[in-house]
Amino acid sequence: MSSASTAIKAKQRPGDRVFSGSAVFAGSMILLTLAAVAIFLIVQSLPALFATSEDASILPTNFWAYVGPLVFGTIWAAALALIMALPVSIGIALFISHYAPRRLASLLGYIVDLLAAVPSVVFGLWGIGVLAPAVQPVYSWLVDNLGWFPLFAGPVSGTGRTILTAGIVLAVMVLPIMTAINREVFLQTPVLHEEAALALGATRWEMIRTAVLPFGRSGIVSASVLGLGRALGETMAVAMVLSATGAVTFELLTSVNPSTIAANIALSFPEAYGMNVNVLIATGLILFVVTFAVNAFARWIVSRRKEFSGAN
Amino acid sequence: MTTTTNPEPATRPAASPIVNTFTAGRLPSYAPWLVLGTAILVAAAVFGVLALAAGSGYDWGGAILVGALLYIPSIWLFSMLVEGRRRAMDRLVTALVTGAFVLAMIPLISLTITVVTFGLARFDAEFFTFSMRNVTGEGGGALHAIVGTLLMTGAAAVISIPIGLMTSIYLVEYGRGRLARGITFLVDVMTGIPSIVAGLFAYAVFSIFLGPGTRTGIAGAVSLAVLMIPVVVRSSEEMLRLVPNELREAAYALGVPKWLTIVKVVLPTSIAGITTGIMLSIARVIGETAPLLIAAGFTASMNYNLFDGRMQSLPVFVYTQYANQGNPPEAYLDRAWAAALTLILIVMALNLIARLVARFFAPKFGR
Amino acid sequence: MNLKRFGVPAVIAVTAALALSSCASNEGGAAPEESASTLSGNLVGAGASSQDAAQQAWIAGFQTANPDVTIDYDPSGSGAGRETFLEGASDFAGSDRAFKDEEIAAGGFAKCAPDSSIIELPLYVSPIAVIFNLEGVDTLNLEPATLAGIFAGTITNWNDPAIAATNDGVTLPDLAITPVHRSDDSGTTENFTDYLYAAAPAVWTWEADGVWPFEGGEAAQGTSGVVDAVTNGTGTIGYADASRAGDLGTVAVKVGDEFVPYSPEAAASIVDASPFVEGRAEGDLAIELDRTSNESGVYPIVLVSYLIACQEYAEPDNVELVKAYLGYMASAEGQDVAAENAGSAPITDALREQAMAAIDSIK
Repeated sequence: MSSASTAIKAKQRPGDRVFSGSAVFAGSMILLTLAAVAIFLIVQSLPALFATSEDASILPTNFWAYVGPLVFGTIWAAALALIMALPVSIGIALFISHYAPRRLASLLGYIVDLLAAVPSVVFGLWGIGVLAPAVQPVYSWLVDNLGWFPLFAGPVSGTGRTILTAGIVLAVMVLPIMTAINREVFLQTPVLHEEAALALGATRWEMIRTAVLPFGRSGIVSASVLGLGRALGETMAVAMVLSATGAVTFELLTSVNPSTIAANIALSFPEAYGMNVNVLIATGLILFVVTFAVNAFARWIVSRRKEFSGAN
Repeated sequence: MTTTTNPEPATRPAASPIVNTFTAGRLPSYAPWLVLGTAILVAAAVFGVLALAAGSGYDWGGAILVGALLYIPSIWLFSMLVEGRRRAMDRLVTALVTGAFVLAMIPLISLTITVVTFGLARFDAEFFTFSMRNVTGEGGGALHAIVGTLLMTGAAAVISIPIGLMTSIYLVEYGRGRLARGITFLVDVMTGIPSIVAGLFAYAVFSIFLGPGTRTGIAGAVSLAVLMIPVVVRSSEEMLRLVPNELREAAYALGVPKWLTIVKVVLPTSIAGITTGIMLSIARVIGETAPLLIAAGFTASMNYNLFDGRMQSLPVFVYTQYANQGNPPEAYLDRAWAAALTLILIVMALNLIARLVARFFAPKFGR
Repeated sequence: MNLKRFGVPAVIAVTAALALSSCASNEGGAAPEESASTLSGNLVGAGASSQDAAQQAWIAGFQTANPDVTIDYDPSGSGAGRETFLEGASDFAGSDRAFKDEEIAAGGFAKCAPDSSIIELPLYVSPIAVIFNLEGVDTLNLEPATLAGIFAGTITNWNDPAIAATNDGVTLPDLAITPVHRSDDSGTTENFTDYLYAAAPAVWTWEADGVWPFEGGEAAQGTSGVVDAVTNGTGTIGYADASRAGDLGTVAVKVGDEFVPYSPEAAASIVDASPFVEGRAEGDLAIELDRTSNESGVYPIVLVSYLIACQEYAEPDNVELVKAYLGYMASAEGQDVAAENAGSAPITDALREQAMAAIDSIK
């Protein structure tokens, strides 16, 4: 990536020292905060990890049997959201950066940013009141006509509040942040690269494929990671929209859906007491670990693909 | 915002007086619209027949949707026949990209209509001058929640923007080796903190120092800052990395100190992107409900002091008004929607201000 | 420098907030000239969200009469409310269930004097309505076993003979039943499942629990979520606080030989028909609800939410305030205010007498 400091040792001025010092300080603050959060989570979780149904009333048998379905639901919902959001966000970002008339582009960017401003509670209200009733007939149709396909197996939910609906709401929620980052990255593509491609007779799509996308690859992954982080941790909207019964199933259109960790914490925390609180915080720790694993995986993909990248 | 040149390949051959060599084998410019219109008409006809057969009502939304879907393969097919494979691909991608944008507009428009129609019912003077103290049933307002949201988000921004921005500068300009890798790694981890855990964390920390059950605005602000910092770092880092090295090298060659290069060259070049990132991070936390519910609590009265007493915020206000409706329920729902509308307007205003700021500071160069 | 730049929105936000600093028009200012109240201070309560609407009404009424008092009630949930009260972070708690014997025995109530017992008062009694969304049907008569079958998933269609048998003259459509239950841990679910288990043990084999005991049916968050799901769905049935039933159809359940629709009076009478939990300290009015009561006019699906306070506080600061506020809630006026704003069932005079005696004993 960018190697700002050269091999030649530059003269250190006081301004430099203050500036780099404060930069290091800021970095260390993050370290400190995270250490504090981690210690808090681990200390609170430890007793729960080995608890059984006798210690904590919400556990069916032991902690792992409790958290397993939740982990599945969390990843499944976030994956659905990302599958829907990623292509769409790249599409919107390209539309704004390379297709829309220039005057319109910044306005359109602003409009998409607005979606990020909608609080998750409102997404929840919208999901229950508008989206779920609107998609329910489509779900009925899918179950009637494509029910042989395992994902669309019935019986169809009577309210439309299924994991697919939750996935759609999550996708809409992560769209703005993913689009904003993709858009900025695409806009930063060196104009010379683009013009060179066009000069060689490339169509607009060929220019994008050969100049813009390779340049923006790490940005796209960053955007996806941020989007996924939000999708994995989203609490209120999922809690409100999803009909979560705790089953482990891939079926998208029934009333019986897996719950997610964050939604489950929000749903169970108010009435939790004693060891149950620790169990819920421990599920938070697991969510933390899951998100981290996903992030590490994304980082690994970026670093593996770096040598093939057209830019830099 | 810096602007970008957006070469229009279609305009290049138009100037030529010789028609045949350049425009032969190209679809005329009205062709896409013609194909789109035909596709929608065909879909509408099919839906009409279906509606007649089933005896049900006519589904306009479905007809337009299917028509738009039909357009994508048909424009590809036409272009393939007339213009060849490469241009067909180009047209297909154009259709897909535009389609993605239109698709994203559907929930946005639907949300906007919903929030505005429901929100306007109580979007009146009383809403902005009253708190909920001693209010039951109808009436009342959200002034206490508006003040609380601004104070807590402001405090969170004051904490996290310097830390986040300096960290990203460190990562891009100074960071080498273990510490930088460690911080990148930890920022990744931090993006994974579920919002509710951030709330629990802030609540626990302040309980330790200020006694059990302490709920203050500053605890809410801290929980928001925990959520905000990684977003600021990740987005600013990405933007700083995109500043061409040529600019830095040019500055060094002129003998400009490194810190001044960063402040005068690197930051202004990337300021539009950084501002967008920061605004997104604010938009991300200003709508958080779960952490504030736990860390800052809930009250019906005004509170201007971040460091003492519970503080209400707009998202929590929306949530509690929705979740714990009294009699009559409509009054509670109307307040919830009005508060949601207010929250969105606040973020819009902040966004607008940030964009003006960015435009003011951005270097005027010809991109 | 960059701080200055990026701080601008934040600074503007803060300035805007300061500009808003003129007090809310409904706060302060109102000189307490006519008020003879000498009470002042800040009381914090936390607990059941079911009580929240009633608490808001009570707080408004009490604060209006005592302008120098501020009361905050945190509708964080019964469990959180009991926990908060236990660790001494609140002056009183609201809870959908009384403390269990072993919890009281374990003690450790931080706000209370070392040997103090606790006061538990059933001041919020709310009928739970079974609501459904079926076109053209406003009310259904159901046997407990039929109701349990619907929610257990053994009766799956509205035209089931078991439903038709008790509903002559009602046209029941051939439509799948979608039972909706609470996805969160709640006192409403605990009371509802307690009723099903007590009234139809053959069909409903799960013990009372705040969490829905099996995977099946549709789940929705909170009372509002259930009401929304039932309203927006087709062929849906759920259970929710009666005050939220609105225009939805409601079920009359069979008690003895008659079908009783929900009503505040019917709900209050089940409380009187039920005994207190045995072996509790003086002033601990925990009730053992008798769900299978055959008395006439009794509606057995009710939620009883308690107000919990110390019998003797370690610090005397807020005792007068606690007594005054609890007294207000128990008073006929307080109960009427709650009934009007939250749709609860006012407690009977007999129960009020006992509650007042308990409140007077607080020190």
